[in-house]
Amino acid sequence: MLPTQHLSDALLIDYAAGTVSEGWSLAIATHLALCPACRNRVLAAEAIGGAMIEAIEPEPVSEDALAATLARIEADGESEPRRPAVPPADTLFPEPLRSYLANAGGIVWRRLSPSAQTFIIPTGDRSTTARLLKIAAGAAMPVHSHRGLELTLVLQGAFHDEGGTFARGDIEEANEEVEHQPIAMPGEDCICLAVTDAKLRFRGLPRLLQPFLGI
Amino acid sequence: MDTGTATPKRDAAPMDPATLSRHLCDVAERRDKAAFAELFRHFSPRLKSYLLRLGGSASGAEELVQETMVAVWRKADRYDPSKASASTWIFTIARNLRIDAYRRQKHPEIEADDPALAPEPDEAPDVAVGRGQDAARLTEALSRLSDADRSLLRMSFYDDLSHSTIADRLGLPLGTVKSRIRLAFGKLRTALAQPEDDI
Repeated sequence: MLPTQHLSDALLIDYAAGTVSEGWSLAIATHLALCPACRNRVLAAEAIGGAMIEAIEPEPVSEDALAATLARIEADGESEPRRPAVPPADTLFPEPLRSYLANAGGIVWRRLSPSAQTFIIPTGDRSTTARLLKIAAGAAMPVHSHRGLELTLVLQGAFHDEGGTFARGDIEEANEEVEHQPIAMPGEDCICLAVTDAKLRFRGLPRLLQPFLGI
Repeated sequence: MDTGTATPKRDAAPMDPATLSRHLCDVAERRDKAAFAELFRHFSPRLKSYLLRLGGSASGAEELVQETMVAVWRKADRYDPSKASASTWIFTIARNLRIDAYRRQKHPEIEADDPALAPEPDEAPDVAVGRGQDAARLTEALSRLSDADRSLLRMSFYDDLSHSTIADRLGLPLGTVKSRIRLAFGKLRTALAQPEDDI
């Protein structure tokens, strides 16, 4: 099944132009791996970048720039070997997410509640937090709103909230205007990649769920 | 230096997308240095201009131009002319290198050989949009956008501003900027989806 919940054009253009930081791009690119339709839209957005490079007022480079570049190629110009296509043990986590998890040394879940676990994914981006969330089948996340943007990409299972139903490959963009309560669908634990740039705002969190305040 | 001619001589005859694409394929297939030199002459002044706009110093921009062109040489075999024009492909290389150099971050991307990659459905309606032969059509569609719409896209691609930063700068609600971007991008994609005869 192909995703039915896609990226907004605004975020897609941000990704193609390279204006958003690494955490957002990790979620966007992992959605792209699962969504051929958005891959095509990114190609179109990148083509705008190409057209802009064509249209730009050229700035002369120094006289010896070509010679210097050719010298660098002579010194180290072998074509870059493609990464060998080693079939991954499972395809739950597509690239680029898989490499981030491998670089982290694998997933170590931390318990948030009896029905929720999390793992923070290290990235080079201090302006965002990227994490995996695992919500037990049928369980509800606490109701929360947002102080910034939250991107949530489903990797396994499904959840539903005020914005609809989200299954593998679907991505939800939630901003300050959105208050929601994601509830995992029955049958299978729901695993998501969630990226935020500000702590979530929980409404009346019971003491049992205080660990959620870190999110 | 004033040579007395009206146009700068290097750009007197800008190369068309098909020629650029062929040069890039020649670099990939035959390691053709003459073709590479043609690409360098065309792209290096444009890449320098792009990198300067995004906040690099003159020497830093020049260094990144060289790095970009070395990467073009090294990765040329990954260029797929059915997916992108030479300009688009080289733009993405410069984009990734400048994010690495100016921001010390990566630009995470899909892996074309990844077995987890969801396959392309047959004949997806949007499948043609990125192709090299559409470069001229896209330039034409860009020129037909309103100044306001074009300036939004320029703020993204030339000024390194995300849509939320653009909303802040222009003092517009986020939703307004998002819908203006959606409409402008929609016009470009519609233009790309037209058959050749309709233009």
